[in-house]
Formats: sequence, C-alpha cells, structure tokens
Amino acid sequence: MSFWLLLTVNSVTFGGLLFLLSAGFSLIFGLMRIPNLMHGSMFMVGAYLGSSLLSNALGFTVNFWVAAVIASLEVAVLGALMERLLLRRLAGQQLAQVLVTLGVSFMVADLCLMGWGGDPISVATPEGLGGFVRAGGAAFPLYRMAVIGIAVVFAIGLWLMLERTRLGAMIRAGVDDPQMARVVGIRVSRLFTIVFGLGAGLAGFAGMIGAPILSIYPGLDQDMLPLALVVVILGGTGSLLGSFVGSIIVGFIYNFGQALLPELAYFVLFLPMVLVLVLRPQGLFGGQVL
Amino acid sequence: MNSPVNVRNFVIAAVVLALVLLPYAIREPYYVNIASQILLYAVFALGLNILVGYGGLVSLGHAGLSGVAAYAVAYLLAAGHGHLVAIGGGLLAGLIVSAGFAALALRATGISFIMITLALGEIIWGLAYRWISITGGDNGLSVSARPAPFGLSLDSAGAFYDATLVVFLLALAACAIFVHSPFGAALAGTRDQPRRMNALGYHVWMIRFGAFMFSGLLSAISGILFIYYYQFVSPPALALTSSAEALLMVISGGAGTLLGPVIGAALVVIIKLVVSAYISRWNFMLGAIFVAIVVFMPEGLVPGSVRLCRAAWRRSNRGRAAPMPPPSGGAGGSAMAKHAEAKHAEAKHAEAKHAEAKHVEAKHAEAMTPVAGQKR
Repeated sequence: MSFWLLLTVNSVTFGGLLFLLSAGFSLIFGLMRIPNLMHGSMFMVGAYLGSSLLSNALGFTVNFWVAAVIASLEVAVLGALMERLLLRRLAGQQLAQVLVTLGVSFMVADLCLMGWGGDPISVATPEGLGGFVRAGGAAFPLYRMAVIGIAVVFAIGLWLMLERTRLGAMIRAGVDDPQMARVVGIRVSRLFTIVFGLGAGLAGFAGMIGAPILSIYPGLDQDMLPLALVVVILGGTGSLLGSFVGSIIVGFIYNFGQALLPELAYFVLFLPMVLVLVLRPQGLFGGQVL
Repeated sequence: MNSPVNVRNFVIAAVVLALVLLPYAIREPYYVNIASQILLYAVFALGLNILVGYGGLVSLGHAGLSGVAAYAVAYLLAAGHGHLVAIGGGLLAGLIVSAGFAALALRATGISFIMITLALGEIIWGLAYRWISITGGDNGLSVSARPAPFGLSLDSAGAFYDATLVVFLLALAACAIFVHSPFGAALAGTRDQPRRMNALGYHVWMIRFGAFMFSGLLSAISGILFIYYYQFVSPPALALTSSAEALLMVISGGAGTLLGPVIGAALVVIIKLVVSAYISRWNFMLGAIFVAIVVFMPEGLVPGSVRLCRAAWRRSNRGRAAPMPPPSGGAGGSAMAKHAEAKHAEAKHAEAKHAEAKHVEAKHAEAMTPVAGQKR
C-alpha cells in the first residue's frame, strides 16, 4: 500500500519539477514559435551553478534556497543574453533559431563537463526537510512535499502573472497574435527577451530544487529535454494549464513506468504522446495545431 | 563531342575511378578506414538530405532509424542467424520504424516536425539504453565477424572500403534517379508549394511519406554499414548528437544538392577526427560549427564560403579601384542570401498556411497568417 502511495508522491513531485521546466518551454514556444532546445541545458546549468554555491567552490557557501534563487537568476540572465545576442540576429528564421539552440545546447553540455567533471554530483536535502511527515499511517518525505508545494505556488503565481498583470496581458497578446500586438504598440521583441529569461530562470530553478532528488550528471539535459517536449506535445503549446496537466501526466507515467516496467519506461512515455498526436494534434489544451 | 553530357559522364567516370583506386594510393589502413567512414556517413547524409533538402522536412531523429537497423543486425547475429537474415532483418526493422516515425511526424510540418522527430529519436535512444535484455544497455552489442559476400572476406580495410564504395555509389545513383524522377519533382513541389500541389491533385501526405521511407531505407543501409564497420553499437550511436551530426553534414555541404551531403560528410568526419586527436571536446566543436554555419552561412559551407570569399574579394578590389561603384555593390552577396531567405520564408509561409487549411478552421487561419507575414 505504502509502495503505491510513495510512487504517487514521487510522480506528483516529478510532475511539479516538469511543470517548472516545461511552463517556460511552452511559453517560449507559444510566443516565439520555436522549441528552445537549450531548455534541458538551462535545467542542468541551474543545478550545477547551485551546487557550486553550496559546495564552497567559490570560497563561501549559502543556504540551499538562496543558492537556488541565485542560480535561477544567473540562468535567467544567460537565457536573456542568448536571446538578445544570438536568436535576435535570426529573427523570423525559425529553422535557423532552432538549430542555433541545438548547437548551443551541445556547447553548454561540453562546458559543464569541462567545468564540473563527469562524476555525478549529489546535493543534500536542505536542512529541516530531510524527514518525513506521518499522516494516516503513511510517511511522506518532507522535501518532496515541499517541491510539490513550490510547484503549486509557482503555478498559481504564473497564472496570476499571465492573467492579472499588464505584462501577462502583453505576453498573452503576443502568443495569440504577434503582428497585431506590435500594431497596438507592444514591443514584442522585448517580450521575447523577458519570456526567454523567465523560462530559463524557471528551468534553472527547477534544476536546483530537483538536484536533491535527481542528482546532477552529464546528460541530465538530454534526459529532461524530451520530457519537456512530450509535456508540451501533450498539453499544447503556449498554454499554462496544458503544461500543468501534461507535467502531472508525464510525471505519473514516467514514475509508474520506471517502477513497473523499468526497461520500457522511456517507451511507455511515448504512448500518450502518440494518442494525443493522433486524436488531438493541437494538444489537450492547445489552441493552435502543433 | 563537347556536349555537356559527355563531359559530365567523363567526369563521373574519372571520379569513380579515383574512388576505386583510392585505397591503393593511400595504402595506410588507418586512412582507408577514414575513407570508409566518410562513405558510410555519406549514405546516411544522402538519406537525410532527401527529407531535409528536397522535402523541406528537418528531422532530428534519424540516428534512431540507422541505429535500429544496426541494433537489429547485431541482435540477429547474436541470436545465431546468418548475415543474410541479419541484413534483411536490419533493413526491415529500419523500414518499420521509419513508417512509424513518418506516420506520427508527418501530422505536422516545419518546427513541429522537428520536435516530434526529436522526441521519437530520443525514445529509440531510451529503449537502446534501458531495454538491457535486448540491447545490452550501456555495454551495447558487438558483432564478431563481417560478412563475406561471394566468398570475399571484408576483414581488411581495403576490402571493406570497396564494399562500402559499391553501396555508396548505388545509393548515390538511387538518389540521383529519385531526385530527377517525377516523384522527386513532386516532392520538391510539396516543399515549395504544398497548397498548390494539393490543388493540382497530388497527395501531399503520401509523397512525403514515400520520401520518408526512402530516406529511412538509406539510413538503415548506413546503419548496417555502421555495424559491420565498427562491429559494435551502443546507445550514443542513436543519441541526439548523432542525429545532429548527420544534419550538420547535410546543411554544411548544402541541403537540396546531390553532392552537398557527401562533401558535408567528408568535412564532418575529417574535422571530428582532427579535433578529437588534439582535444576531447568534439561536442563543443560540433555545437560551435553548427551555430557558425547557421548564423554566417545558412546556405551551406561550400556555397557560403564561395559567397564570403567573393564578397571579400570584391571589397578588396573596390578598395584598389577607387570609389567608383556605389556602396550597394558590397551587399550583393548578402542580398543573394537575403533573397534565398525570403524564398525560404515564403515556402515556409505557404507550408504553414497549408497545414492550417488541413487542420483548422478559418478563424484560426486569421490568427496565424500575420505571424508568417512578419517574416518579410
């Protein structure tokens, strides 16, 4: 019984991490019409940068949460710079932009390997969250519950930002109709930079708070990127709700698949994607056809 | 006598002769092996080019197709079957997986096609990595012996080169015939004007599917050459990096040209060998070359270098020849590229509109059209 319960908790936790990763991916896709193939790299870089802040590599250590926030801000700046300096040069050429993000993801992966070595780095659970909460005869790992909580808070925050603020309204306008948004005076190109930075920062943050669960290793980026792709294909592009539901679905399938059919876990993931592509190509909540 | 066809035939014959004699000229098995590698990757790049260059469909999952064929051969050989069965099984596996890829990925075009092929390729990689009872996981599968067609052993570097050359020339000829066939013309039509092709009564989806299968067949063949050349296959052969390498071969040589991918394959294999001899940072180089080519030479390395050299030459010439020509002359080269881009954008535009017409109502078409329009 507790096996299933634990598996469920793990699934929801993983779904939460995936949401933080794929919300940005989905928004970038919705606004700029390109899949950001560096998104897995952002996740990994966030985790590596955060782990360095924890490990006294820079001559000082900080609290886990401070490290996560700093790493996330660093990745956000990197992402915004990447958009500004590289993707901006190729405005309007989507294929070229996609290939550039792919090229940069290889460079980033190799740089991380150079900087942090090939050995996996494990990150300790932050203080005070190493224990369990007991409820109804079952024990829930505290840190995973915290991750779920953070994901929910971020989901609500992002939703409020998109639905209730001026910036959110501009982003929604850009997603729906960039040309018209330009005409009414919204600087869509600046939105690109903001959303790219925001998405990168979210991915970096997810990488760091996922590190105690997943650990950090070369290839983490390539493990996470397809998951984000599957989430977005499932949920539909540019839709926050779609990313949320898609993430939870993928989190469940991935964890249950790994527990029940360890050899085929990756393959099982692909079944819902096939179903969605065949039955509803625009994704569960997407407005536009993929 | 001086009709261009005869000159062309003469050149072709000379090049083939040179390729046949190559191992005798270089002798050193190490270099002969490099030549074999170039040829086997060239077959792969030729296959990908059918889709990327002529179909306008950029796939990032093709390593999955060649990898499946390689794994199938290795698995069947390990199970005690003969080479003929193994090769047949490899081709069949490659074709079946290609059909699956095509059926799913061809629901979309453009960027979404890339996303879906990428996800599918990663799934094949995941299977190779995790399905340990079949694939050996990280340890991969090895093949103990190369086949001996007609009793000729392929164990020496020269013999394997000859066999690879035969396969390569057949593949190249098949591509040439394909490209110049009505089917090839129809494929190029679906790339440039899918809506018009549809209106003319062509079954756009079927044409793309056929092209995908042909591309998958060539990929499977290269996978079979791969497994017999290295006598070993492991998950990295199917990873995104391998797909990206193949795509780099195609776009660096010039997508949509017959020989571009071959030149690209030679470039990438040689650069990779040279780079890995000095530093172990091939992936970094791969990414950097990718970015550089996309940003500076979107039309491919060979035409791109020609353009850049010509522009530089013109500029230096103008420096010497006083201020006579107007400044617009210097932009000649880049204007050409701009033109190519504009044409590209136009094709993409038509494609996007076509996809909509197929899937979405008019309301949506309204929302999307301005997006494509902003490109120009």
